[in-house]
Amino acid sequence: MTHDDTLLRRLAADFAASRLALAGLALLAAIAAAAILAPWLAPQNPYDLAELDLAASRLPPGARSADGTTFWLGTDGQGRDMLSAILYGLRISIGVGVAATLLALAIGAAVGLVAAWAGGRTESVVMRVVDLQLSFPAILIALVLLAVLGPGVGKIVFALVAAQWAYYARTVRGAALAERRKEYVDAAVVLALPRARILFGHLLPNVLPPLVVVATVQVANAIALEATLSFLGLGLPVTEPSLGLLIANGYAYLLSGKYWISFFPGVALATTIVAVNLVGDRLRDALNPRLAQ
Amino acid sequence: MILYAFRRLLESVVVLFAMSLVVFLSVYAIGNPVDILVSPQADAQEIERAIRGLGLDRPLWEQYAVFLRQAAAGDLGHSFAFNVPAIGLILERMPATLELAGAAMLVAVGLGIPLGLWAGLRPESASAKAIMAGSILGFSLPTFWVGLVLVMVFSVWLGWLPASGRGPTTDLLGVPVSFLSREGLRHLLLPAATLALFKLSLLARLTRAGTREALAQDYVKFARAKGLATRRVVGVHVLKNILVPIVTVIGLELGSVIAFAIVTETIFAWPGMGKLLIDAIGVLDRPVIVAYLLVTVTLFVLINLVVDLAYSALDPRVRLAEARA
Repeated sequence: MTHDDTLLRRLAADFAASRLALAGLALLAAIAAAAILAPWLAPQNPYDLAELDLAASRLPPGARSADGTTFWLGTDGQGRDMLSAILYGLRISIGVGVAATLLALAIGAAVGLVAAWAGGRTESVVMRVVDLQLSFPAILIALVLLAVLGPGVGKIVFALVAAQWAYYARTVRGAALAERRKEYVDAAVVLALPRARILFGHLLPNVLPPLVVVATVQVANAIALEATLSFLGLGLPVTEPSLGLLIANGYAYLLSGKYWISFFPGVALATTIVAVNLVGDRLRDALNPRLAQ
Repeated sequence: MILYAFRRLLESVVVLFAMSLVVFLSVYAIGNPVDILVSPQADAQEIERAIRGLGLDRPLWEQYAVFLRQAAAGDLGHSFAFNVPAIGLILERMPATLELAGAAMLVAVGLGIPLGLWAGLRPESASAKAIMAGSILGFSLPTFWVGLVLVMVFSVWLGWLPASGRGPTTDLLGVPVSFLSREGLRHLLLPAATLALFKLSLLARLTRAGTREALAQDYVKFARAKGLATRRVVGVHVLKNILVPIVTVIGLELGSVIAFAIVTETIFAWPGMGKLLIDAIGVLDRPVIVAYLLVTVTLFVLINLVVDLAYSALDPRVRLAEARA
C-alpha cells in the first residue's frame, strides 16, 4: 500500500506543478457542477413550452423580456433563454460522453485483459480486429452506425462505444503484457486463485494509470464526436438538445448576423473539452517516465 | 521484405472483401428507400414497379451476389436519387475532397513541424508555452465549431472571404481544381484552415515531444560535445530521428482528414464526396452510401499498406520484428 501512496502522492505533486492543469481541473469541476445543478441554476426550463414567449425570440445578449427577466446570452428562434438551454445542453453532452466512455472502457479493458492473458491465437485474432478498427477514423464508424440506426440517446451511446472500445483494448493489453511477467502475478497463479480474480483483482488495478489517461482524453473525444454527429443531424433527437444540436439550430441564424444562438453553445462545448484536455495532458506528462526529472 | 509486402497485400485484399460485406449488410438494413423515392400518392402497382426496378424484391444474399459481381466490374449500382452510376457521382466529387484534404495537410505540415521543433528546443520559453497552449485549443475545439467561428468572423463580420462553395475551377490535366485562380483560393482558404487546425496541433505536439526526447539522448549530447553547430545537430541529427514516427502519423492522418472533410464540406457547402454522403444518408440513397464507403475504405487500406511498407523500409527494427513473426 505504501508504494501506491507514494506513487499517488508523486503524481498529485507532479500534476499540481502545472498551474494550467490546476486551472483546467477547477474549470472542469465548475462545469460539471453547473451541468448537474442545471435545473436549479437555469433562469427558465427551456423545454417547458409554457415558459417560452415567441415575442421574445432572437433577442440579442443582455436584452430584457416584457416581464423584466434579462436574457444574458440572448434567445433562440423560439424565444428560449440561451443560458438555460446551454446549461441543460451541457447535462446531455456530458452525460452522453461520460456514459459512452465508461461503457467503452469496461468493454475495452475486459477484452484487452483477456487477450493479454489468453495469448496465442485468441490474442492475435482479437488484436487483429482492434488494429483493423483503429485503422478507420472513429467519426466514420460512428457516422455509418448512426445512419443505420437512426437518432436516439441509446443509439448514440452505442455508436460512441463501438467507435472507441478498441483504444482501451489496445492500451490495456499493452500494459497487461508488461505486468503479467511480474512476480505478484506469479504468486497469485501459484496460490491457485480463480482466473477472474487474478485478472480483475490483481492485474486491472496495476494497468489503471495508462487507462485513466486514455479515458480522460476519450471523454473529451466522445463529447466532441457526439456534438459533431448531432450537428450533422445524425446524433440526438430534437427532444434531447445537446450542445451540438443547439449549435446546428443556430447555424441558420449565424449567416444573418445573429451569432449568439450558435456561438455561445459552442463556447460552452469548447471550454468543456479544453478543460478535460488540460487535465488529461498533464496526467499523461506526469505518468510518462521518460519525462520524469 | 518482398515476402512481407506480399503478405501485407494479401491481407489488404481480405480486409477489403470483409469490409464490403459489412458495409453492404449494414447499409441495406437502413429503412425503406421506396417510402422516400416514390410519391405518397403512388398506387400499389407503381410501388411494385419501383421495388422491382431497384432490385429490392430479391433475397438479400442475391442482392449481395449481384452487388459483388458488379462491383468487381467497377459498377456499384445506380443512385436511387439521381439515377446515374453511383461510382461516377463519387469519382466526380473526389477531386474536390482530395484538393481540400491536400491543402489542409500542407498547412498542417508546413506550420506544425516548425512550431513543434521550436517549442521542443526551448521548452521553457514563453513562445513555446504559447504554442503548447494554442495546440491544446487546436485539438480541443471541435472542427465544425471552428468552421462556424471562421465563417462568423471572416464572412459575416469582415466580409473578406466567401462562406460557401468552391468558386470557379480551373482544369489541371482534365481535373477541375480551385487553387489555380485567386477566387478559387479565396474559397479554399477557410475550409482548408478549418480542416488543418486539428492536424496542425497534433503535429506540433508530436514534433515537440519527439524533439524533447531526442535532445536528452546520448547521440545528441555527443554531437554537441563534438562541437557541431546547433543548426546541424537539430537539422540533421534530431530531425532525422524524429521524422520516422512523424511521417507515419502524417500518412495515417490522411485517412482521418478525408473522414473529417465530411464535416468541413457540410459547413462550407464544399461540393466534395463528404457532402454527397451526408445528402445521400438524408434521402437513403443506398448505392451512393455504399459506393462512398467502399471508395474510402479502399483509400484507407491503400494508405495503410503504403505507410506500413514505408515504415518497414525506413525502420530496420520493424523489419526484423516482422521477419521473426
